[in-house]
Amino acid sequence: MAERYYTESHEWVQAEGDVATVGITDFAQSQLGDVVFLELPSVGRMLEAGDSFGVVESVKAASDLYSPVSGSVVEVNEALSDNPETVNRDPFGAGWLIKVRLNGDLGEGLLDEAGYKAVTEGQSH
Amino acid sequence: MTEELTFEKSHPSAPPPRLPEAGVEAAPRLPANLLRKRPPALPRLSEPEVMRHYSRLASLNYSISENFYPLGSCTMKYNPVANEQAARLPGFAELHPYQDPETIQGALELMWRLERALCEIAGVDRITLQPAAGAHGEWTALRMIQAYHLARGEERSEVIVPDAAHGTNPASAALCGFRVVEVKSAPDGRVDVGDLEAKLSNRVAALMLTNPNTLGLFERQILEVSEMVHATGAKLYYDGANLNALMGICRPGDMGFDAVHMNLHKTFTTPHGGGGPGSGPVGVKADLVPFLPRPTVERENGRFFLDSERPQSIGRVRSFYGNFGMLVRAFTYIQAMGGDGLTQASKDAVLAANYVRKRLEGVLDLPHEGPCMHEFVASARNLAPQGIKALDLAKGLLERGFYAPTVYFPLIVPEAVMVEPTETESKATLDAFAEAVKEIVELARTDPDELRAEPRSLPVGRLDEVRAARNPVLRWRPDGESD
Repeated sequence: MAERYYTESHEWVQAEGDVATVGITDFAQSQLGDVVFLELPSVGRMLEAGDSFGVVESVKAASDLYSPVSGSVVEVNEALSDNPETVNRDPFGAGWLIKVRLNGDLGEGLLDEAGYKAVTEGQSH
Repeated sequence: MTEELTFEKSHPSAPPPRLPEAGVEAAPRLPANLLRKRPPALPRLSEPEVMRHYSRLASLNYSISENFYPLGSCTMKYNPVANEQAARLPGFAELHPYQDPETIQGALELMWRLERALCEIAGVDRITLQPAAGAHGEWTALRMIQAYHLARGEERSEVIVPDAAHGTNPASAALCGFRVVEVKSAPDGRVDVGDLEAKLSNRVAALMLTNPNTLGLFERQILEVSEMVHATGAKLYYDGANLNALMGICRPGDMGFDAVHMNLHKTFTTPHGGGGPGSGPVGVKADLVPFLPRPTVERENGRFFLDSERPQSIGRVRSFYGNFGMLVRAFTYIQAMGGDGLTQASKDAVLAANYVRKRLEGVLDLPHEGPCMHEFVASARNLAPQGIKALDLAKGLLERGFYAPTVYFPLIVPEAVMVEPTETESKATLDAFAEAVKEIVELARTDPDELRAEPRSLPVGRLDEVRAARNPVLRWRPDGESD
């Protein structure tokens, strides 16, 4: 299993070959609370790392989603439109958001597990 | 106690509703596919039953007329009854918008005078009274700024918005077609000037700021920010949501703001929320004046008229002349208060917020150093060990007869609780509120499960907000009917 990387804006990314799966972290879902709506891109959309690719909405707030990687969207987790709570239940598994065919390697500036942990410890209660 | 819908109360022993004559002839020969197959299932109730239904609904309401309403960022001011008397004068209440301007000179004069008064308060040159709400004002101002840049042959595509901004700021910018660029807050809760420097460029059309900001803090470096923004050719936009802290003390125009929006339903005591409608006038400095929505109200030889000959205008942004009834109320308030009175109102609003803030020291977390302006942001994160959240605190306040403060905003403060008492509340009310918060925090320590079960004595307890958002039921349907 490839290593999982993170962004400071609380997305995660995991690459298998040239396709990367993107989601939001367990910390992000716990901060948001119950997710009630997701706006996700269409297949084929070109993303640059750092681009907003959608919106996650909870009872508390709506937040932009930022792509950790550059590439084109090849798959969107359609099951979430009926069951957005999957993002809360299994953020690193069934609650994934999009799959992106990478333009080259994972970019620089992503955080590893330890680096991301340091970020969340700075922000948690 | 809750109240059934009129449809659910309907009973066949009551007569069907008596509808007034249409006043126009029925359309001849509508195509059959557009006609109803059976009459609409309108509720059948006696007149007293209808009256009691709506009176009971009204009694379930909660409003500023009944109790304290410290909803941060919303300035839920007392709505003086004198405003209502003025708005009901037949010369204002019974006008028709198509009347000849010669027959509505008083109404035009009121608009003209209100514009001058607001110009004086905000430090701007001209104002449009058309926008119907705060976000509408934001959009109108950004449209004028966009038109200004285009008239100079510049296509600027970005608008900078702080991370603590009201959500309407990025939304208005996006609706105008701008790309929204976020500028961070520094640890002291004010705009990070270094980050702003990095984000400014000749692509930027405007920086949107509210001052004091949503943390209730005055942006002390505003003159420096203004200089930086103007050096790149961009405009500075003032979100007037927090103007209540500043009346008669300092003016957004003097701070360098080029476009200034004001909420009459906040700062100028017209009803807010369901009692509205709102009104969000926008003031501008001289170089944006040509782009004001048309028509404007002008005076010539002692007569008032509507001027539509404004070739660079962004056009009309609202039918007729805005929410005129609100203009009458705001003008009444300004006249009743006078300059000294408005200044005192702002001072008292700041004093009330600082008093409550001080009383909550050691009760809730206060993440930013005081003093604050007209509101402050506390955090309920100190209750996390008991598993208690800002939402539980809010529900506990409802149980104790208060409206809850704004929670979970601004987004940069975890478990945010945003309190804005406004200037008219007595010390006794502020004390009672602070005591209620203390009592709830104590309950969070001694019996968190009890707190999680509150409110107990209101018509409804904890609503299932998640289910309501995921499966909203937006209309009543007769049994068996579906879309």
